[in-house]
Amino acid sequence: MEVSRHWRLKKQRYALQGEVCPHCSVKIFPPRDICPDCGLDARTPFQFSGRGEVYSFTTVRDAPEGHSEQVPYTVALVRLEEGPLVTAQLTDLDQQDVEIGLPVEMVTRKLRSDGERGMLVYGYKFRPLLRPAA
Amino acid sequence: MEQSNQDRLLKPSKQVGIVGYGAYIPRYRLPASEVARIWAGGAGGVPIVEKAVPGIDEDVITMSIEAARNALARASIDPSEIRAVWVGSESHPYSVKPSSTVVAEAIGATPHTLAADWEFACKAGTEAIQAAIGFVGSGMARFALAIGMDTAQGRPGDALEYTTGAGGAAIILGPSDESLAHFEGSYSYATDTPDFWRRADEKYPEHGERFTGEPAYFKHVLTAAKELMSLTNTGPEDYAHVIFHQPNVKFPQRAGRMLGFADEQLEAGLLVSVIGNTYAGSPLVGLASVLDIAEPGQRLLLVSYGSGAGSDAFSLSVTDRLVEAREKAPSTQDYIGRRTEVDYATYARYRGKLTLS
Ligand SMILES: [Zn+2]
Repeated sequence: MEVSRHWRLKKQRYALQGEVCPHCSVKIFPPRDICPDCGLDARTPFQFSGRGEVYSFTTVRDAPEGHSEQVPYTVALVRLEEGPLVTAQLTDLDQQDVEIGLPVEMVTRKLRSDGERGMLVYGYKFRPLLRPAA
Repeated sequence: MEQSNQDRLLKPSKQVGIVGYGAYIPRYRLPASEVARIWAGGAGGVPIVEKAVPGIDEDVITMSIEAARNALARASIDPSEIRAVWVGSESHPYSVKPSSTVVAEAIGATPHTLAADWEFACKAGTEAIQAAIGFVGSGMARFALAIGMDTAQGRPGDALEYTTGAGGAAIILGPSDESLAHFEGSYSYATDTPDFWRRADEKYPEHGERFTGEPAYFKHVLTAAKELMSLTNTGPEDYAHVIFHQPNVKFPQRAGRMLGFADEQLEAGLLVSVIGNTYAGSPLVGLASVLDIAEPGQRLLLVSYGSGAGSDAFSLSVTDRLVEAREKAPSTQDYIGRRTEVDYATYARYRGKLTLS
């Protein structure tokens, strides 16, 4: 697995760091340096709050290599409160029914390990709110 | 003439305090009765009610990140102002490659920072606090982050398996006048004592049965507490809360009584019966639990213990700022209350006690 690719992606992957368009204020994730709305240059870093809600989801029982120790797991499209849709695994779900609209928050967890000797890869997942909003 | 002992008191030239703190405890719980069911046919007493177990995607790095984010929320500071990220643990995921750099990156403290992992059995977290007091108190840094976090492991069937838990806390140290609680003084005590060890390539620790009680835990904890109280002219009656390292319920309770504390003074910081022994996390998560309820003006005593062996003791005084800050992140009880019970088989899977290939 390409160690250098993990390294380049770490800011967005560990902490949901994206971009904000300086022209139209659209928040961008993942970062792509060009605003999807107005097409102009957008390179200003933006730290997402990590809060959002489940937009859609599916349960994975047959996992790709490196993820097999975590099966079954749920992957969701999460609508971040700042706008973008993000694909991520849901975690800390036990005995909890996932449903569309479930409020979730970002946590940083182990995404995969490249065998016993490889690198541990960390990144964002989402979980049901630890403390329901007051 | 005999030299004064007063120079044993550790006190920086600038006053230092805790500007933010945050706990983390994973959501799974293994009841001690479940361990007894597997290994003792359900017979005999159990030392605690249950212990916290990390999820399959959690380790010291992910748990430290969440605790640090909670501490940052309470401190309300820019993470790029943190000049040291220090993680104390017995269960760093890598043998070589620091946990602290991942934590520092994830919370936004990189790149203008010192990052290091600390090791001293169960007192690795308070070692990091002692060093951070010096780092901030000398004026070298405005803020430093000290973490104590563990995912403790006991050999299946060993007495330790009832209690080896997971959890800990992160503490951000900074200038006293911005603090939620400030350090009045601290003291450290260490001797070479062979009570507990794990060789470099071994998964589970060994313990010298005869050594764990009197010459190890009690000698170091009692001496550190007595010395610090003597050096600061305080006594048990001056402390609203006292937090000891807690490998089980009996040791800290007995240490408290021997020092003249009432059981009520230990109550808020004694979590071992519901989360287990969280090793390097133990004294710090106890402190976090006390900071969740302590009142301005109250004095706190924190005493750690690490096998090998040593104790660090701290006297803290709570400020007015604590009351507002503590609402800004989940409390220790929020994590304790978030509870999913698992059976021994699930626990074995989560903790990698089964070999799949
Ligand atoms: Zn735009």
